[in-house]
Amino acid sequence: MKPAPFDYVRAKSLGEALAALGDDAMPLAGGQSLLPLLGLRMASARLLVDIGHLDELRQSSATDATVTLGAAVTHAEIEDGRVPDPGHGLMRSIARKLAYRAVRNQGTIGGSVAMADPAADWPACLVALGATARIAGPDGERRVAVTDLIEDIYTTSLVPGEIIVSFDIPRLHAAAKTGTAKVMRKTGAFAMSFVVAVLHDGDQADRIVLAGAGRRAERLAETSDAVAAGMDEAALRAAVAADLAGLMDAPDDYAVRLHTAVVLRALAEARRS
Amino acid sequence: MRTITLSVNGEDLTVTVEPRESLADVLRERLDLTGTHLGCEHGVCGACTIEVDGKATRACLILAVMAEGRRITTIEGLRDDPVAAVLRRHFHEQHALQCGFCTPGMLIMARDLLNRSTPSSEKDVREGLAGQMCRCTGYAGIVRAVLAAADETTSTRSPTP
Ligand SMILES: Cc1cc2nc3c(=O)[nH]c(=O)nc-3n(C[C@H](O)[C@H](O)[C@H](O)COP(=O)(O)OP(=O)(O)OC[C@H]3O[C@@H](n4cnc5c(N)ncnc54)[C@H](O)[C@@H]3O)c2cc1C
Ligand code: FES
Ligand code: FES
Repeated sequence: MKPAPFDYVRAKSLGEALAALGDDAMPLAGGQSLLPLLGLRMASARLLVDIGHLDELRQSSATDATVTLGAAVTHAEIEDGRVPDPGHGLMRSIARKLAYRAVRNQGTIGGSVAMADPAADWPACLVALGATARIAGPDGERRVAVTDLIEDIYTTSLVPGEIIVSFDIPRLHAAAKTGTAKVMRKTGAFAMSFVVAVLHDGDQADRIVLAGAGRRAERLAETSDAVAAGMDEAALRAAVAADLAGLMDAPDDYAVRLHTAVVLRALAEARRS
Repeated sequence: MRTITLSVNGEDLTVTVEPRESLADVLRERLDLTGTHLGCEHGVCGACTIEVDGKATRACLILAVMAEGRRITTIEGLRDDPVAAVLRRHFHEQHALQCGFCTPGMLIMARDLLNRSTPSSEKDVREGLAGQMCRCTGYAGIVRAVLAAADETTSTRSPTP
């Protein structure tokens, strides 16, 4: 587990970080995904540009409608309520069950989205909340919905030289109901199945978002519609199966049972909330 | 190679490292602080857990160069810590270690848990220490020790140096 040699620079500002990110350089935030990948030699870089401490990425702010979280806000800061929670406690409860405290103290929300692990927690949460990423690059700033930013397994539309600066996350309606459920091999491990359910969010459609099945976190369209239409459990199960058939190549019985159970648990939690 | 200064257990130590070296490797191989153990080297086992700026951190998942200018505390730095002292005594009394490989990380994490909360059930402790693996004890003694220490330290917290 020793990475191949690379150089390291701690950027002093976002501008300096963007300037340093030339060929074969990578941003380094918490290092909780990148350092294991470098150690396993599944990734390599000539230069790591440390952006974890940059003011521009550490800031958070809130208005009545939107919470903006800096990309370098850590999982533990969300867990501890040190930043506003647009989901009225949803993000805190997700953070509490993400990895382990020692990983949460360093790992960042921006790193998690940039990594685009198909089983990761924040992509599913941010898709369910309808978040938009603000991205800085050599050609200026752009904004893109997280659901479009993440394209495939470990693949985003970020191009080399770009840095996620922050996420704009619409606040849920005060009457919204939320629930999550997660099945993992061991507490703190990546999910085998993870669902975020958001219901009754003002005039917005219900969202049932699943990670761990497809190539990225996705809103289950048929399931979400079935929930909104108040269908019974048999109809919901059929809707989940239909969504899974679209997400996975030939899901086996176990996958269908697993993801269906997790959807139903998240829904039950949302209805109780 | 580059020369950096690390603040370890209150002491400024100057050391020459390669950027690719983890803090765990630098602590062990260059600074002779072998209380920080390395098991998996990818964040899963918890043996290497230390504190950086008062926050429990995997020493295998932070580069030494990232830790420059930050306050590092290893198990060697907790000799006089009040919460760690209570934990050590209960670990001894409850047979919470056999080979001792997991123990430094276990103590750092248990101390962090007690400083942040007062775990009152076995479930609280098992969840709080889920990221710390022990291959010997079966965890029962560790859980008992941490619960006993929690009882004793309800109003004790480690000083923030
Ligand atoms: C033992 C263990 C268990 C884990 N369990 C879970 C889990 O249950 N659920 C879960 O969701 N995650 C889990 N993780 C992953 C964890 O959430 C990581 O912290 C996160 O995926 C990466 O964030 P980071 O800040 O550490 O990013 P880094 O490791 O620093 O970077 C990851 C990637 O993102 C890029 N990057 C980082 N920041 C930015 C940015 N602002 N803009 C553009 N690119 C950027 C880097 O170049 C790199 O390619 C686990 C990790 C470990 C070690
Ligand atoms: S050696 Fe660092 S977590 Fe296992
Ligand atoms: S005492 Fe041997 S690994 Fe825990």
